[in-house]
Amino acid sequence: MDLVNIVEIIVSVLMLILAFLAINSKSLVKSVMFLSALSMLAVVGFVLMKAPDVAVTEAVIGSGLVTSLFIFTLLAARKVGNK
Amino acid sequence: MKNFLAFITVLVLGYMIVVSLDNNEAFPAYGEADVSSRVSQAFIDRSVTEDPGDIIFGQATNLESGPANIVTAIVADYRSFDTLGEVTVLFVSSLGVALLLGGKKQKRLELNFHPNFMLRVGSRALFGIILMTGVYIAIHGHLTPGGGFPGGAMIASSMLLLYLADDEFRAKIKGFKMLESFAGTAYVLIGLTGLLLGGYFLENLLDNGVIGDLFSAGIIPIVYVLIGLKVGSEISGIIDNFLTEEGV
Repeated sequence: MDLVNIVEIIVSVLMLILAFLAINSKSLVKSVMFLSALSMLAVVGFVLMKAPDVAVTEAVIGSGLVTSLFIFTLLAARKVGNK
Repeated sequence: MKNFLAFITVLVLGYMIVVSLDNNEAFPAYGEADVSSRVSQAFIDRSVTEDPGDIIFGQATNLESGPANIVTAIVADYRSFDTLGEVTVLFVSSLGVALLLGGKKQKRLELNFHPNFMLRVGSRALFGIILMTGVYIAIHGHLTPGGGFPGGAMIASSMLLLYLADDEFRAKIKGFKMLESFAGTAYVLIGLTGLLLGGYFLENLLDNGVIGDLFSAGIIPIVYVLIGLKVGSEISGIIDNFLTEEGV
């Protein structure tokens, strides 16, 4: 088994763990953070599968835009809840 | 006056489309089309066993499709009409967000989170780097992985960084709207020019050049830069809509 296979297996196992944590964590902000980390690992997975175009898009949208939009929406919803 | 101008524009465009489709070899009369010579059949019949010759990066010219990145060849050349549809989908979604969240007197959303001085200055420094990376990815879409969509999203994420780091900041959304409509119109106009001069909508009119050069692959870099501008300004508008609220 060469190095790439080992890295692939490690990345997939980590992705499964992160997905489980994202679903099960009590705090919503932590959930979004786990989702962002999951996207980051998905980028590594796409590069390993030789799809750099998808990797670039996933890096920008998955872990950048979507995460911050979720965070802002959560903050805004919390603000309305506090009133 | 506005209605009259719109009427004239529609008439001219309609006339252009009718003229270019009339006596067009690609659109025969009803019942006379030879299905066996259509595009998909031609690609199925294409021989792959005979030696196509080596394509050398930086030297080969007169290729069937110019870009060095095969994904770009499909997205912006062979299936450019689909990409126009995708851009339209993004436009409609940003329109929906603007209809729901946009209002007259808008001010920034007040959050229980106030960025400090270091965050503000540091993100100003990062903003330029992220913006330039986005522009680079959009311009080099035909040479390296990426292209208009990720490049535009990266431009928008640099705007998002400014919004994130300064709770007073607001972009000039009117400029973004103008840029968006300009880019969308230019994309359709390039397609209509291809229809008028070459016979197909979004026909690659320009010379393909040497593979691997920045100025190569005909209209593909132009189209990808336009898509990058359009996507970037659209997502920036969506971000602005998300982070503002109607004032009292």
